Amino acid sequence: MEQSPILLFFRRMFRRKLVLVACIVLFVIVLMALLAPWVAPYEPTAIRVIRRLKPPNELNWLGTDEFGRDILSRIIYGARASLGIGFAVVMVSMTVGTLFGLLAGYFRPLDGAVMRVVDALMALPDILLAIFLVAVLGASAFNVVLALSIVYTPRVIRVVRASTLVIRELPFVEAARALGVSARRILSVHILLNVASPVLVQATFIFAYAVLAEAGLSFLGAGVPPELPTWGTMIASGQQYADDAFWVVLFPGLAIVLAALSLQIVGDGLRDMLDPKLRKAL
Amino acid sequence: MWLTLGRRIGGLLIVMFLVAAMVFFLTRLAPGDPAALMLGDQATAEDIAHLRQVYGLDKPILVQFVLWLKEIATGNLGQSIFLQRPVTQAIAERAEPTFFLALFSVSIAALVGIPAGIVSAVWRGRVVDQIVSGLAMLAANIPSFWLGLIFIQFFAVRLGWFPVAGYGDPGAPFVERIAHLALPATVLGIVNSALIIRFTRASMLDVLSDDYIRTARSKGISEIRVVLRHAFGNALVPIITVVGLTAALLVGGAIVTETVFGLPGIGNLVVSAVLRRDYPVIQGALIVVAGIYVLINLLIDIIYTFVDPRVRY
Repeated sequence: MEQSPILLFFRRMFRRKLVLVACIVLFVIVLMALLAPWVAPYEPTAIRVIRRLKPPNELNWLGTDEFGRDILSRIIYGARASLGIGFAVVMVSMTVGTLFGLLAGYFRPLDGAVMRVVDALMALPDILLAIFLVAVLGASAFNVVLALSIVYTPRVIRVVRASTLVIRELPFVEAARALGVSARRILSVHILLNVASPVLVQATFIFAYAVLAEAGLSFLGAGVPPELPTWGTMIASGQQYADDAFWVVLFPGLAIVLAALSLQIVGDGLRDMLDPKLRKAL
Repeated sequence: MWLTLGRRIGGLLIVMFLVAAMVFFLTRLAPGDPAALMLGDQATAEDIAHLRQVYGLDKPILVQFVLWLKEIATGNLGQSIFLQRPVTQAIAERAEPTFFLALFSVSIAALVGIPAGIVSAVWRGRVVDQIVSGLAMLAANIPSFWLGLIFIQFFAVRLGWFPVAGYGDPGAPFVERIAHLALPATVLGIVNSALIIRFTRASMLDVLSDDYIRTARSKGISEIRVVLRHAFGNALVPIITVVGLTAALLVGGAIVTETVFGLPGIGNLVVSAVLRRDYPVIQGALIVVAGIYVLINLLIDIIYTFVDPRVRY
């Protein structure tokens, strides 16, 4: 019996239970973020000083922060900013990285120049480059996305370039070239479709890195403005109360770990499935 | 070999030039006149104009860039706006905690990561492999600052085993200062061990399926010797790379951990410079960190030739 490719995709993908669990966790987090106004028990900014720094209880499942704001509600709303920024970074770095990776891999004269810039960007630790860029551009959600996109685009360029270098020598590309297909069409159809899977895998990893990096930047005070609840700003503003009210930093951090870990597991699952060679090695 | 080395050094200089260009021109995008920033709120227009002239800020930007390159090539990274001292001096004063933090962190990461990776590869697919791989995955996705806060809370505040933060008195004995690095180095060691575990495991799995391993086993060599001598010896190159790169990235990449633990290192210097818009310090620190990174990379390449006779330049 013929199996539909989509069914086969999911069957292979979920062969490992952990990948299935991670997908469900991610789905729930994303759903929570999207439906925040209906899911969150309280307004994320509702201040009730009388209930400040309460440990987890039946009214506030994850306790309250220094202004009496409900931590669970803030985590749910925080998912919007944290995941939103992560997703935006993925989209920008994938688009720009794929474009330059294809060009560098296909047009040899461009390769040297593009790769030297990539080397230069990668000579600085992620967080150091990010904090420098945010310092120069100014701290805002938009600039955090811009800065983290600049940080992670070189990774995409490397992956796409490496795949392009291999694929451009394959017979079907040669055949296309011999048939007079334009370079633009070869790149945008023949090669792009074949680099899609490593890019997809890279995208999930970058998503996880970006969520972690955004939290780090917010924690340093160089990220989004502190009024906007993100998981990073929650930990940053909560750390001075950590001695007496540990839950203030514990739960937003757990949210970060859960989201990043799920993304990483899904990325691993995708890679194992899409690349049979790696399935053996890892 | 000399030719390859020369070419490598040439490439390295190009990368450093690009880093310098990026740092210089991006800084100029920043809002605010550096001269006005340096003089503060009470400065008059004449003061600002005078200072612009002193620092050459009135010259065309390309001229400024060339002059600046000349300065950094001779080791002068400029003057800090707020710290009242040369940037090189400010960085040198902060180098000790950063250096030892990177050293201890990478040592912990390697001491945990390499044996764990070997065990995981040898018993591939077994429970121990699943546990090690799972823990590695977890460690890679924990924000270091959050783990730091938890460790401070538990080991320093509650149990009182370690100092809560800081780097001790500058005059304190070396051992006392080093004790302040125990917790941050453990945090960074755990977080960074993840990548080393993965690389060691993958590299060992690659080698363990090779023919000469089967030959060694069939000769009756003990399993421990096969794994540690025959397999590990040949799996070393990627492992050295990942350990070296981890060390390189820790020099400037421990910003968040340094901040959590209040360590007066280079990362901390950068954060305070960013918050105060002290651009010469930010530029200088970035150049130094990138320089260390490319140098360690070069060093890794040279180490290869000693570890693996098959690699010859």
